[in-house]
Amino acid sequence: MSIKDHLLFALQALRGASLRTFLMLIAMAIGVASVIILTSLGEGARRYVVGQFSSLGTNLLIILPGRNETTGGAPPLLSETPRDLTIDDAMSLLRNRYVRYVAPINVGSSAISYGGLERDAVIMGATASLLPVRHLKLAQGQFLPEMDAERTAPVCVIGAKIRDELFGAKRALGEWVRIGDRRFRVIGILVAEGESMGTNTDELVVIPVASAEQLFNTATLFRILVEIKSREDIPAAQQEVIDTLRKRHDGEEDVTVITQDAILSTFDRILTALTFTVGGIGAISLLVAGILVMNVMLVAVTQRTGEIGLLKAVGATSGQVLSLFLIEAILLSLLGGLVGLLLGAFGAWLIHQLYPVLPTMPPLWAVLAALLVAIVTGLIFGALPARRAARLDPVQSLSRR
Amino acid sequence: MSSEAIIRLQNIERLFQVGDQQVHALNDVTLDIARGDYLSLMGPSGSGKSTLLNIIGLLDRPDKGHYLLEGKETTLYSDNEQARLRREHIGFVFQFFHLIPRLTAAQNIELPLVLAGIPPEQRAPRVEYILKSFGIADRAHHRPDQLSGGQRQRVAIGRAMVSEPKVLLADEPTGNLDRASGHEVIALLEEVNTKGITLILVTHDPELGQRARRQLHMVDGRIVSDHAGVS
Repeated sequence: MSIKDHLLFALQALRGASLRTFLMLIAMAIGVASVIILTSLGEGARRYVVGQFSSLGTNLLIILPGRNETTGGAPPLLSETPRDLTIDDAMSLLRNRYVRYVAPINVGSSAISYGGLERDAVIMGATASLLPVRHLKLAQGQFLPEMDAERTAPVCVIGAKIRDELFGAKRALGEWVRIGDRRFRVIGILVAEGESMGTNTDELVVIPVASAEQLFNTATLFRILVEIKSREDIPAAQQEVIDTLRKRHDGEEDVTVITQDAILSTFDRILTALTFTVGGIGAISLLVAGILVMNVMLVAVTQRTGEIGLLKAVGATSGQVLSLFLIEAILLSLLGGLVGLLLGAFGAWLIHQLYPVLPTMPPLWAVLAALLVAIVTGLIFGALPARRAARLDPVQSLSRR
Repeated sequence: MSSEAIIRLQNIERLFQVGDQQVHALNDVTLDIARGDYLSLMGPSGSGKSTLLNIIGLLDRPDKGHYLLEGKETTLYSDNEQARLRREHIGFVFQFFHLIPRLTAAQNIELPLVLAGIPPEQRAPRVEYILKSFGIADRAHHRPDQLSGGQRQRVAIGRAMVSEPKVLLADEPTGNLDRASGHEVIALLEEVNTKGITLILVTHDPELGQRARRQLHMVDGRIVSDHAGVS
């Protein structure tokens, strides 16, 4: 008996019991769809976080003052007063051959006012390098000029929301604003981007780092962002940065260098695990669907006892009866799986429409796994009923109407 | 005569366990059936005639004795070999037709050929031939529930005959039909028999049974009389 005949027979059998088939398809479809939607969500969350990190800039080293390693006996652990992380320190890193950009950063909060309007804003002291390192985009004007980082300049670049609130419909470029007790001229406006890794650039005011040191009366940097030329060089660059700074700090290793890669891969691992977990939860509904397949096939075997007897009377072997019922179960599961796939893809699409920031795409492995699991479920849970069918005694089966 | 026997049963016994009692459904049955014969099996219910038919049809195995089909000892065959013998040599007709309800008349007739793995292009002309010769060509695409009882039994006979068996076994083929269609069905079976196919008919109805060339009566698992018919 050819495979085509097998399939045809199974299809006719499924059509012959359309309500039963329909209910089964729904059960299997829900199982497969839930796996796909849940893994899409997990994958979406992962991609969202990875995307956020890349928007922060790629191949980044983040240098913070103070170390987080224990040397000598405890205490002191972190309490040792670290040497300042200065602009000079930052600029010295430019001599490092792996480094492309160095962006020293100073952060504080201050009032910014224009005309009669005043509000608090996050003031970030930076250099021209911040633009490429943080992948910032300008809507109008220019960013901080290329100049010696030690020099102050009365210029600032403001976020879109700050401009809206202080200037409204008026022209902001070229105007003078007051930040703290100093005056700065607006030379650029950032593109409205919204949230990015916790800092909202729309509410940001960027001034030269030396000006920020004066404004906040501090000599230490908040952190230094270092962009490395290529991803492979990150470990070597990290070591060299630490060496350079140690030398400058009298042999004291009092900075912490975090690679963005390390943070990213940690998040990546956590979120992949999360995806697997929710996928596993979805798989439970697949299991339930499998048990339903078994139940339905058992009922089918009971209902079709006479038919099974007849098949044997007209010369079907037990093996043929077995494969007929198995193929029917697999076909049922596969059809349900395909319907579930469509349903799941639609669900993922719907979530993406509702939450556009979440890139919900069902991962390929989840799609394949869900289909495979559907087929295997059909095979496993179809096996018992099919065996029961194959073992039926033809005489007794035929004696029933 | 014995060399021409298509079916040869020797000391066949079949036991059934009913509660804690063993019942002899067949008790030392020995029987030769000649090729092309027309045989009726009569007897009260529980006399073992259906059991005998099932054993001849290889649906059931005897507990003791030998069964030779075309000179081959079938009791030694595996289940799969017996299935093949059934497919090639034996056709069944049942009281309750046992048509598959979701398949059309043509598809029901085609079923044994499908199971035998015969390619579709070879199946079609044979199904066509059967439909024509049994006068159900205009009902080919009807499902069983759209057919009358007589038509259903014709389809069932067609299904039994499509694989060109040498033995046709009919278990109360008219038991579920009115008189008129019952007679039509019997006439059809007898016509098949005239083409040299061995026909074994199990029936309650003495009137039908007496039409056969050879008539057997069974009581309590034994053949109690075996005589030639009038024809």
